[in-house]
Amino acid sequence: MKQAIYEITRNQKIADHVYEMVLRGDTSAITAPGQFINIQLAGKYLRRPISICDWSDTDITIIYKVVGGGTEQMSEMHPGETLDVLVGLGNGYNTKKSGDAPVLLGGGVGVPPMYGLCKALRAEGKAVKVILGFNTASEVFYENEFRALGAEVTVTTVDGSYGMKGFVTDALKTMEYSYFFTCGPMPMFRAIESVAVTSGQYSFEERMGCGFGACMGCTCKTKYGNKRICKDGPVLEREEIVW
Amino acid sequence: MVNLSVNLSGIEMANPIIPASGTFGFGYEFAELYDINCLGTFSFKGTTLNPRFGNPTPRIAECEGGMLNAVGLQNPGVDKVISEELPKLAKVFHKPVMANVSGFSLEEYVETVRKLDGEKQIGWFEVNISCPNVHGGGMSFGTSAASAAQVTEAVRKVTSKPLYIKLSPNVTDITEIARACEASGADGVSLINTLMGMRIDLKKKKPVLANVTGGFSGPAIMPVALRMVYQVYKAVNIPIIGMGGISTAEDVIEMMLAGATAVQVGAANLINPYASRDIIDALPAAMEKYGIRSLSEIIGAAHA
Repeated sequence: MKQAIYEITRNQKIADHVYEMVLRGDTSAITAPGQFINIQLAGKYLRRPISICDWSDTDITIIYKVVGGGTEQMSEMHPGETLDVLVGLGNGYNTKKSGDAPVLLGGGVGVPPMYGLCKALRAEGKAVKVILGFNTASEVFYENEFRALGAEVTVTTVDGSYGMKGFVTDALKTMEYSYFFTCGPMPMFRAIESVAVTSGQYSFEERMGCGFGACMGCTCKTKYGNKRICKDGPVLEREEIVW
Repeated sequence: MVNLSVNLSGIEMANPIIPASGTFGFGYEFAELYDINCLGTFSFKGTTLNPRFGNPTPRIAECEGGMLNAVGLQNPGVDKVISEELPKLAKVFHKPVMANVSGFSLEEYVETVRKLDGEKQIGWFEVNISCPNVHGGGMSFGTSAASAAQVTEAVRKVTSKPLYIKLSPNVTDITEIARACEASGADGVSLINTLMGMRIDLKKKKPVLANVTGGFSGPAIMPVALRMVYQVYKAVNIPIIGMGGISTAEDVIEMMLAGATAVQVGAANLINPYASRDIIDALPAAMEKYGIRSLSEIIGAAHA
């Protein structure tokens, strides 16, 4: 983990209520896809944890949905403005267990961490299938970005206004895969848990105090004892999760 | 050159800064970030006789100028603290540490302190009779002078180390409780624990915290904490560890002027992991700005 000041170089709307922000600065603390950053905002006491979508030696890309006062404030920021950020938090996904043909399932703002993960798995030469789930066509983002990585992409919408009508699990049921990785809302996780036929990794969300393991604000029970979502997670393996 | 050192019940501290219990774990998350030996000391995670998971999540909520927590004393239990946490701590922190202890019965407080008393690295005990987030214990001992006195007296019998009692602000008259602790053998008092509060989620129309209520901490509570430290300083003749929303070197000076011998930094550590170190680094300049040569000389100086 590192704390530093980052310059916003891009902050633009890419779907309904969803923004893509690029931060320029030290990315050396990022060790795995699926990690997150914790952003300090003027006038807000607690930092805002946001998953990392992609990173390079100089830039971090995040995608966030405006859901409250903090993210609304972020959406109104401009390139050139700076943010105080804790970078490289959490364990991230472990790609070593993926097998040759993993499937990635992202739901809504659970899609962004799948991008960095897809990139890492493609770099390892894996044949990656991606299922992106949204409520409706106006919420869809990053379909082409995933395709550009060479992934086989399926988009599902609940109302059928784009791609396949239904949930990510409706697409999952039709596929063969060696392993799964996912990030998204709890109802999606429960649905995946009921149909998935391999081992996999889930990335969890919880209200956090610090984001780096000090306050015990986000602890959950697992089969192997208590884990802090922020430090020992957010990614947990299927076998250890207590539903 | 300014002098930051203070003496807390016979133990010399390089400076009065103590990360507060529950915001600093057992130190090693922070030791990865900076050399925590720059601290005066720190108060380790509230330890109970048996392991505790704590409350269900959400345990955290935000407020104007601070946060609510309802962690509920999650800790591995005293035996594991002794066998696992303290040996790990000894590798990264080489000063006497403050042992924060909680309980649900008199016997539990006594047994936990008795077990920890033999640990050489423990310099002080801070007995928490003020946790607002556990039911059937914790704060209930801290809300009456009689039960505060009972806990103090019972724990006093099993340790000769400096004994601080951590007081709740959720009482009618904190000075009465502080006096009861003093009369029962406490070497000092630390105050304030968090103020009990709550938030309601407007979309769900339900409390944000699974525990419904939580402890309010952060800069917003600093004036309340300062007032209570000021009042307790008038009421007792034992040292006070002041805390509640401390976030800057200026806050530290203010708290010491009100009567604190040492100062704990809590929620600030969670927002800025370097907060305690930054406050120590900022103290000399702040002291010079206000014409203070030695911190120990200003303790209680705001009193006529």
